[in-house]
Amino acid sequence: MDVELRGITKRFGPVVANDGINLQIRAGEVLGLLGENGAGKSTMMNILSGLYAPDTGDILINGKKVVFEDPGDGIAAGIGMVHQHFMLVPVFTVAENVILGVEPTGRFDYLDLKTARKQVRDINDRYGLEVDPDALIETLPVGIQQRVEILKVLFRSADVIILDEPTAVLTPQEVEDFFDIVRSLRDAGKAIVFITHKLHEILEISDRISVLRHGRITGEGDPAKLTTETLAEMMVGRPVSFTVDKSPPHPGRPMLSVSDLCLFDAHDDFALDHVNFEVHSGEVVGIAGVQGNGQTELVETITGLTRPASGMIRFDDENVTRASVRDRHRMGMAHIPEDRLRSGMISNFTVAENMVLNSYYAPAYSKGPEIDWPKVQATAAQYCVDFDVRTPSVFLPAGNLSGGNQQKMVVARELERETKLVVASQPTRGLDVGSIEYIHERLIAARDEGDGVLIVSSELDEIMGLSDRILVMFEGRIVAEFDTTKGPIDRNAVGLAMAGASS
Amino acid sequence: MSKTLNDKIDAAAETLLNRTSRGREDFETLVVVPIFAVIVALILGALIMLATNVDLATIGKSYVALAHGSVGSLSAISETLTAAIPLVLAGLGLALGFRAGLFNIGAEGQLLLGGMAAVVAGFMLDGLPWVVHLPIALLAGALVGALYASIAGWLKAATGAHEVISTIMLNLISFRLLDYFLRQPFIQKEGRADPISKSVPDSAELPRLLDWIDPNLRVHAGLFLMLAAVAFVYWILFRSKIGFAFRASGENLHAARYAGMHSSFIIIAAMATAGALAGLAGASQVLGVLDRATPGFSAGIGFDAIAVALMGRSHPLGVLLAGLLFGALEAGGRQMQVDAGVSIDLISIIQALIIVFIAAPLLVKAIFPWGFRSDSQAKGGAK
Repeated sequence: MDVELRGITKRFGPVVANDGINLQIRAGEVLGLLGENGAGKSTMMNILSGLYAPDTGDILINGKKVVFEDPGDGIAAGIGMVHQHFMLVPVFTVAENVILGVEPTGRFDYLDLKTARKQVRDINDRYGLEVDPDALIETLPVGIQQRVEILKVLFRSADVIILDEPTAVLTPQEVEDFFDIVRSLRDAGKAIVFITHKLHEILEISDRISVLRHGRITGEGDPAKLTTETLAEMMVGRPVSFTVDKSPPHPGRPMLSVSDLCLFDAHDDFALDHVNFEVHSGEVVGIAGVQGNGQTELVETITGLTRPASGMIRFDDENVTRASVRDRHRMGMAHIPEDRLRSGMISNFTVAENMVLNSYYAPAYSKGPEIDWPKVQATAAQYCVDFDVRTPSVFLPAGNLSGGNQQKMVVARELERETKLVVASQPTRGLDVGSIEYIHERLIAARDEGDGVLIVSSELDEIMGLSDRILVMFEGRIVAEFDTTKGPIDRNAVGLAMAGASS
Repeated sequence: MSKTLNDKIDAAAETLLNRTSRGREDFETLVVVPIFAVIVALILGALIMLATNVDLATIGKSYVALAHGSVGSLSAISETLTAAIPLVLAGLGLALGFRAGLFNIGAEGQLLLGGMAAVVAGFMLDGLPWVVHLPIALLAGALVGALYASIAGWLKAATGAHEVISTIMLNLISFRLLDYFLRQPFIQKEGRADPISKSVPDSAELPRLLDWIDPNLRVHAGLFLMLAAVAFVYWILFRSKIGFAFRASGENLHAARYAGMHSSFIIIAAMATAGALAGLAGASQVLGVLDRATPGFSAGIGFDAIAVALMGRSHPLGVLLAGLLFGALEAGGRQMQVDAGVSIDLISIIQALIIVFIAAPLLVKAIFPWGFRSDSQAKGGAK
């Protein structure tokens, strides 16, 4: 089935999310759709799946114009979407999840699970998905859950499959397996739309690439003739440097040392299992690992948000195992939280208020029991200039800023003071290329000033680009260590360690 | 209590608070919606009267009485202010709690016990000069209110018990506790068999402000207390360090925790401040109007104050205006009953309708599409 978008325009108030977009999706082909956050990818796909109606423009299926009036029309026409966030019922089996909403029923509305299981197994075999129809969703790893989402789309006999940032949650090895599935779907004649902002992935899997910027198609081409540099330039609108410029590290004394740290999760399993490591001043230590292997817990324990079950944390030669968040902050520990909207900032607070969120009590910002707001505002304005936070005013609610500017605001708050240790968790998740570059430079600058820097990221490229030493976490343990200063390291070996292969 | 129940209450309370109390909405939701809400409520109130066989002339008469009884004369204004004082005081406490993310339903109980304490301090310390006596009585009310509210705060901080449930339970306990106290020999009025306290001596009373014009004008010095409390709560919320922590915790508990704020301390401090204001409301009622405590002397002020705080969008000035409106409705309602013979319950219905419409701004915008900028479509389009 071929689908064509012709002159699609969609406005949200003054914002033009899609501006005269022309796009062709062909059967038996993988179309890579590249664009930064806010470039209009999601809007376009929501139009294609019938969630939004375009202001102008047409959707043509096999050359015939169609109008989608509600979200059901897209899937009825054979267009299915696999969302970035899975929509599965954890306590249902795979087969139950797949048939949810389109259950095969017998007489008196009898739920025909037998037929359902057989149909699921058939699809499974045809595309080599290798999913057990009777497994409970909550027992399956993320990579398999994603296949269940694909099963759902196939079960509804979709011919066009839209994959929205599908690799964000996968290990490098899982990505390879996933690409095999995508290829087998393509070879079976499905049209695939692969949405991502990861350049090397799009070059590997796509048959054709379209680049979206500010709601317009800014580039199209054949992946064989494109490089990551040209793609990045199309995506951002200017040349981008990919390597982080940094001099060799000069590690000094241990700034953070973690010994035998243990923590239990809600099921009394090890969330952290005897973790030992050190971060020296003047070095960047990166913690690689697939999300959910104890990184969040590790960061929360180091920063004082969670008390460990056992073990010790020393910061700048002091035992801080039982010190509060505020104490550690005062001693010079900076924390860039993994989820800025949830825990790094308050959307309804102004930029100025957010800038002093963890230092408002300090004598510098207060007059007795009062906060010295004029002083806070002046300082915040200065921070915004120093860290390139683009906001018309510090009185604007932080929620109105773009993601990149919000993150720069958080980074400014944490780094614009005397720091000794920087703990940065997913410091550039979901940001545009320009902001990523900027934040990376700042983290390296902190290292060069003699701070210890601990970076936790699920983006292996980020870890490999920034770290002087790489630790790999798997199931709450540090399972491997790589030293990047002694020559290049094998990306594959890191990937294997992330997947739990013992080295 | 199960975790999921807590989460459900949290989600429900948050939805309500988001609709009605967060600070930075535009002019439309802050001013235009409430005005239209009052209009719709009055129209619906008229329809309800029609449906209960009240003729048009009486309906007209009753609304004239409503206006007359609330702002139509000096005595009407005095009544409006008198009714508004405890509503505003308790409403301020609730608003402060809402800002800190605490959905405190317990103002009624805090108010009752605070009022009780003020009465006891009043008659037990008889003989003191008023400059000492009155402040002590007021302080006793605030202190007991604060202590009673901190029980719920402590329960939440220490055990995670949800404040909605614990404050409701504490309300029920306070009703019985008050009955019990009122029958104790050293509190109960001599020679009475029913539960009623001794009277407060003059030196502990909030003096009437206008009795030199007419001894029947009841507005009392609690008015200044109310205005001072408005300024005080404004200062706490928007100027002080602790208020910053209150607001941060209320807006985003995770971010507040990540920023090193101490959530247990904040919960207890916010509940205690809210309770102190509710206790002060009770104290001003007994010291300014009632002269003594009786069972249920609060007449539901603690519950009406929830509506006042929500309508005032948890902003001190909003609470002041909402409290004055509710005071006017109450004073006017009494006049309605006298002049037109319409039931006072109708006023409760109109108050309830106002709250419903304020909580549902989209409904108001649908009824009065011409009253609003037509940008709702554009805004609603984006997810």
